[in-house]
Amino acid sequence: MRRTTFFEVRVLNGKTKEHLCFLDKVEPYSTIGDIKSLFHKSYPHWYPARQALSLDPKDKSLRDEDVLQNLPVGTTATMYFRDLGPQIGWTMVFLAECIGPLLTYLLFYFRVPYIYSHRYALTSSPHHVVRLACACHTCHYMKKLIETMFVHRFSHGTMPLRTIVRNCSYYWGFSAWLAYYINHPLYTPPSYGELQVNYALFIFMMCEVGNFSIHLTLNNLRAEGSRSNRFPAPTKNPFTWLFFFVSCPNYTYEVGAWLSFSIMTQCLPVALYTLLGFLQMATWAKGKHRAYSREFKEYPSVRMAIIPLML
Amino acid sequence: MASSEEDGTVEEKENNNKRRTKSALATAWLTFYNIAMTAGWLVLAIAMMRFYIQKGTHKGLYRSIARTLKFFQTFALVEVGHCAIGIIRTSVIVTGVQVCSRIFMVWFITNSIRQIQNEESVILFLVVWTMTEITRYSYYTFNLLHHLPYFIKWARYNLFIVLYPLGVIGELMTIYAALPFVRRSGIYSMRLPNKYNVSFDYYYCLIIVMLSYIPLFPQLFFHMLRQRRRVLHGEVIVEKDD
Repeated sequence: MRRTTFFEVRVLNGKTKEHLCFLDKVEPYSTIGDIKSLFHKSYPHWYPARQALSLDPKDKSLRDEDVLQNLPVGTTATMYFRDLGPQIGWTMVFLAECIGPLLTYLLFYFRVPYIYSHRYALTSSPHHVVRLACACHTCHYMKKLIETMFVHRFSHGTMPLRTIVRNCSYYWGFSAWLAYYINHPLYTPPSYGELQVNYALFIFMMCEVGNFSIHLTLNNLRAEGSRSNRFPAPTKNPFTWLFFFVSCPNYTYEVGAWLSFSIMTQCLPVALYTLLGFLQMATWAKGKHRAYSREFKEYPSVRMAIIPLML
Repeated sequence: MASSEEDGTVEEKENNNKRRTKSALATAWLTFYNIAMTAGWLVLAIAMMRFYIQKGTHKGLYRSIARTLKFFQTFALVEVGHCAIGIIRTSVIVTGVQVCSRIFMVWFITNSIRQIQNEESVILFLVVWTMTEITRYSYYTFNLLHHLPYFIKWARYNLFIVLYPLGVIGELMTIYAALPFVRRSGIYSMRLPNKYNVSFDYYYCLIIVMLSYIPLFPQLFFHMLRQRRRVLHGEVIVEKDD
């Protein structure tokens, strides 16, 4: 009968090097995630998502899936702990980021008192395009909420609290700023009238449907098992044919939706928001594109990151 | 595996050579830049003193040195570039904030709002800036040439304790004095209704700028204090981990 060698794990504080916890009789095939759960038992306020364990205080933290016996340690492993601060799950993060803009825009649309001049309180704008803009904006965020609850499968578990405050201020603040101008009593409708509004509305709807299709496609890819060895590819849905040209068509469609929204409302703050969003999403898309190209040898070379044939 | 290692060492040598030639070029450019800026601010200092001695008043002093000031202060934008390429090891953001606040004062306050050009607070911050910049640029120059006299090092890391707050007071008083003129003239402002459905009120923007000094000034001041402790007393400051 073989005797399994058990491991011992000693956990020290990464900054002060003080001894925090000693775990013995640890199975060699247990993962870092298991060790975090064991550590959590001794320190209940440090739930696993808040823990960062590494083999050296200066190293990057180990992943939850790493197996203990595959690590470069002897049978007694010393690990350094770092507190990542309060963490919030990605689902909650997305919900918070979407509910804010949805509700703040409506505050401005219904011209809640004290926002605009007293005589305009609780009135509604005479312009058709303002009603359309409210519908589009609200649908955009409702679609995001539905996707967050039923479609997306998030990879990393959590996000630090401070990041959420920063992200929410950005989304909520910008939404309030652009809603202020679109629903303002002195709003000027687009220069080319109904033509401009209708074309932009059509493109907006196409981009929203496109964005949703891409999310569904990515979700199905995930459903085949994590780490499946296939990169996203076009399906029978014509909206996914953008995959022939870009690695991240969801970002392309998102930028397209906001661009058409800014043309529909002819509002400079919306255009500015679109520009900032584009810069951020282009950075993310380039990162993803690089990751795909590195991981898959037969990755199509005609694909760009976010703009077909250009970026 | 072996052949790629060889390639690695050849490449490394080339990179080291490139780095060495790059730092020779970078050092030459930085030396030229710092000498030029020291000279420029010295010219400004002397011009200001000459004007005051000859005319006995500070009224009209700003107009007489305006062009030189604008040239040399705007040229300081290249320092942000230095940090970005990496030939200067300072944070791009810290340098960026400092240079931008100077550019803002020069171009968007004193240059465009004529009525405040004869205020005393303008003279205050001009004197402070001149003294700070001459000390700073001569420090860099001597440092690059490896002949730094102790008194310049002392001046650079001690004078700021008095000059920095005085400069902030001068700048804030100038912006405050400019407020009524901005409100009356509506400069740099855009009102509704307009084709682009946007509005901008420079008056409130200035108030926000003044308020932003409250969080920003202590951060920059304590940054300089930390530098001072490190350079003058050789203390090792452990940065707080996030």
